[in-house]
Amino acid sequence: MTLFEEVAPSGPPSDIPTTRVELRVNGETRAAQIEPRLLLAHLIRNGFKLTGTHTGCDTTNCGACTVLYDGQPVKSCTMFAVQANGHDVTTVEGLASSEQLHPIQEGFKDEHGLQCGFCTPGMMLSAVALLNENPNPTEDEVRWALSGNLCRCTGYQNIVKAVLWAAEKMRGDA
Amino acid sequence: MALDEIKIGGLGASRRRVEDNRFIRGKGNYVDDVVLPGMLHMEILRSPLAHAKIKSIDTSAAYAIPGVRMVMTGEMMAARNLAWMPTLSYDTQAVLATDKVRFQGQEVACVIADDPYIAKDGCEAIVVDYEPLPPIVNPTQAMAADAPLIRDDKIGQDNNVIFDWAVGDREGTDRAFAEADLVSEISMHYPRSHPSPIESCGSLADYDRSTSKLTVYMTTQAPHIVRAAVSLVAEIPEHMIRIISPDLGGGFGNKVPVYPGYVMSILASILLEAPVKWIEDKSGNLISTGFGRDVYLKGQLAVRNDGKILAVRMHTDSDHGAFFADAQPSKFKIGLMHSAFACYDIPSAHLTARGVYTNKSPGGVAYRCSFRVTEAMFFQERMVQAAADDLGMDQAEFRRVNLVKDDDFPKRTPFGFLTDSGQYEKCLQIGLDAIGYDDFKKEKEEAKARGRLLGIGISTMTEPLGAGNSREYDILGIKMFDSAELRVHMTGKAILRTGAKTQGQGHETTWAQIVAHELGIPAEDIVVEEGDTDTAPFGMGTYASRSTPVAGAAVSMVSRKIRAKARKIAAHLLEVSDEDIEWELGRFYVRGAHDRGVTIQDCAMAAYSNVPDGMEPGLENNAYYDPPNLTWPFACYIATVEVDPETGVWDVLRLVAVDDCGVRINPMIVEGQIMGGLTEAYAMANMQFITFDEDGNCVGSNYMDYLLPTAWETPGFELHEVVTPCPHHPIGAKGIGECATVGGPAAFVNAVIDALKGTGVRNIDMPLLPDRVYEALQTGKDISGHPPVKTD
Repeated sequence: MTLFEEVAPSGPPSDIPTTRVELRVNGETRAAQIEPRLLLAHLIRNGFKLTGTHTGCDTTNCGACTVLYDGQPVKSCTMFAVQANGHDVTTVEGLASSEQLHPIQEGFKDEHGLQCGFCTPGMMLSAVALLNENPNPTEDEVRWALSGNLCRCTGYQNIVKAVLWAAEKMRGDA
Repeated sequence: MALDEIKIGGLGASRRRVEDNRFIRGKGNYVDDVVLPGMLHMEILRSPLAHAKIKSIDTSAAYAIPGVRMVMTGEMMAARNLAWMPTLSYDTQAVLATDKVRFQGQEVACVIADDPYIAKDGCEAIVVDYEPLPPIVNPTQAMAADAPLIRDDKIGQDNNVIFDWAVGDREGTDRAFAEADLVSEISMHYPRSHPSPIESCGSLADYDRSTSKLTVYMTTQAPHIVRAAVSLVAEIPEHMIRIISPDLGGGFGNKVPVYPGYVMSILASILLEAPVKWIEDKSGNLISTGFGRDVYLKGQLAVRNDGKILAVRMHTDSDHGAFFADAQPSKFKIGLMHSAFACYDIPSAHLTARGVYTNKSPGGVAYRCSFRVTEAMFFQERMVQAAADDLGMDQAEFRRVNLVKDDDFPKRTPFGFLTDSGQYEKCLQIGLDAIGYDDFKKEKEEAKARGRLLGIGISTMTEPLGAGNSREYDILGIKMFDSAELRVHMTGKAILRTGAKTQGQGHETTWAQIVAHELGIPAEDIVVEEGDTDTAPFGMGTYASRSTPVAGAAVSMVSRKIRAKARKIAAHLLEVSDEDIEWELGRFYVRGAHDRGVTIQDCAMAAYSNVPDGMEPGLENNAYYDPPNLTWPFACYIATVEVDPETGVWDVLRLVAVDDCGVRINPMIVEGQIMGGLTEAYAMANMQFITFDEDGNCVGSNYMDYLLPTAWETPGFELHEVVTPCPHHPIGAKGIGECATVGGPAAFVNAVIDALKGTGVRNIDMPLLPDRVYEALQTGKDISGHPPVKTD
């Protein structure tokens, strides 16, 4: 299904020129008329109303805003939305189908891999990118792959367990 | 048949968290996710200077930007008597600066616009003319005879000292020191840190003129305190204020105070008659909101040759920044610093504490601890290790000699608290056995012969968690109790609300488990709500590990009230007298006739359809719980490390944690709390600090300079448990959320110092950055005193 939207997430245009972008978000084509300086994270959150992508630090350190960009994890607070024009973006809302959770989501819940939940969407997307490339990672490989995502609550041990739990489930399901 | 408590998600079940269902789908509802029609956006302009007079502020260029609705300055706030607001420690804090700025990052103006980008443009267009003043960045400078006066706004304040406070027995302590075989002395600095939840602070204020009602979505750990504060500051009647604290992206003490940004967004909403959202950026959060620690210690232990500690002397100098905005009980000027040495049997102790203003951000919040308890326990365990080393005694044996024995409870601590329960030696022994203490000591000696530096560090402590009681604990005069309200619907399902506010601790899961334990209603049949002052009963919020000790106790007590009423209904349904009714989990039955019974659900239905004559219908109640004492969990943390003598880098080999937090409601969540706390402990020992250059520039104003550990650096943890139920808590639970943050840092630091034993080094201030460890190794001298400016 193609969904076309005209939205102006960066408010009423003043004399600043706007440009049109079109990207695939969670499998659906979305379009928006935006200021060129608009960050991808803000287009996703305010324009497309997908608030599972969080902004934490503004400096590409915390990873709360991580989305998959053509399958690769990127920090959407440090990308202009215009750079995503014509590309494919997956957010946390795109992980689960209507009733079926993604194994990474099940793993995070089952292994108590989250507390406040703020870093969780970005953490899960970084993990999904890892598992797509490496279905059978070691603990060290998981820790390295998640080292661009900060968590202040859990101490990471259960996050690592959650990713390994999901890896096992995904291998079993394959 | 009685129910299986674990199956219904009662006490002791590692029940999977209900809140996770929304978080894993990206459906959490944080303040920045809330959108209201016609919403405007606010951004704050902050001072680039630490200390300067404001000569003028020109906002005309900001107003010229299309989409800018309003610019607020201190002058505008002053015209409405809102330029200053009270802090939680009986001081005042500028909302927007009028006369001068007193720290880098202080709020100078704010812009409200159609969009956050335009609001930021507006901030950049404001021109402020500053006249720089000499900045003060540490207590030594603050107390110098010729120091510039930071708080010239305060009548009668003629120097930079905030308080000079003492507690304990000075004469007894002096006598004990005169009799000591050895006096062990050590000085150190617990550096400034920042709780830094990943979600910064923010608010969305919505004043509705047609109803005169102010609704504010706010990142707050204590919504009811905020409601009271807003009512007093803004002179809005309390019933016309609704504070909603939705999902919080972490708190750790940072979201307890009332910040200027909240007040500005409220005033802006009133003036513009539109919802105004303020979402703080990370730099704003790190440089202006509640920090933790920043305390200097001079410590002395009077020791006998057999290892017995006779007395403790402590003096602290604490740096509170430009406003005394500590979030702490009002009686205690340096929080619960005097809870130090509570786990040891020490006859006398004396503490003097001095607090000063500096040109640094205000705060002094209980960063994942119970009001300065983190500093207290760190100082304690560093002093204990130094004394053991000075005496030439094994550090485990030295602790064993001095730990309070199991049958000595209740026991007065050296500073007068009353501890009530624990198995301290057992915890220590479990830790020593788990780490293989004697084997490691041998391994260490063998490694040393080959030029490798291994070390082992122990930290044992009990800490006071769960303020009140309300006789001694209040904030701004508001007594520290807490509350719960339970409504059981006719089908036996229920809604529970409390005055606490979860920020990741999992209250939605664990409170239902307490109800399940008390009433036998399956946890999945109970929904838990917190954080909305219009619906939740009054409570003091969640910080200082007080939720389970206080609000959790209230959940028990309200459930018992419900059970007492249900018992009467059961007697009515079973046509026997109350005295003939027995209770088993989830069911009342007739004494001597076990098969004649009714379930709690039967009683709920009857409460709405078939109550006995004269009984009020319905099945709901509330409880306000004022704890008789604090709870006293105990912990033993043992770390082993290897220090690289070539670089000063140290790696954690193992970390063993033994925690006794009494009865565990949800063991999975308890372990999650411990691991999170251990990570913060590791962070503080290793990398995480906020420092300032000599001009008062905050170094650590973003996550590139303020180092937080990632999954890569963070070590694995080995957890063990001991259960000594709290004698006064209704289900025997004690606080746990902060034990590891409090007790953990000393284990790491003690291990590194142990690795350096024989070099003459007795102290390296945290964080133990490689260059500092390397320098200590090279010079054989302590690294103590004011923190360096970090350059990497």
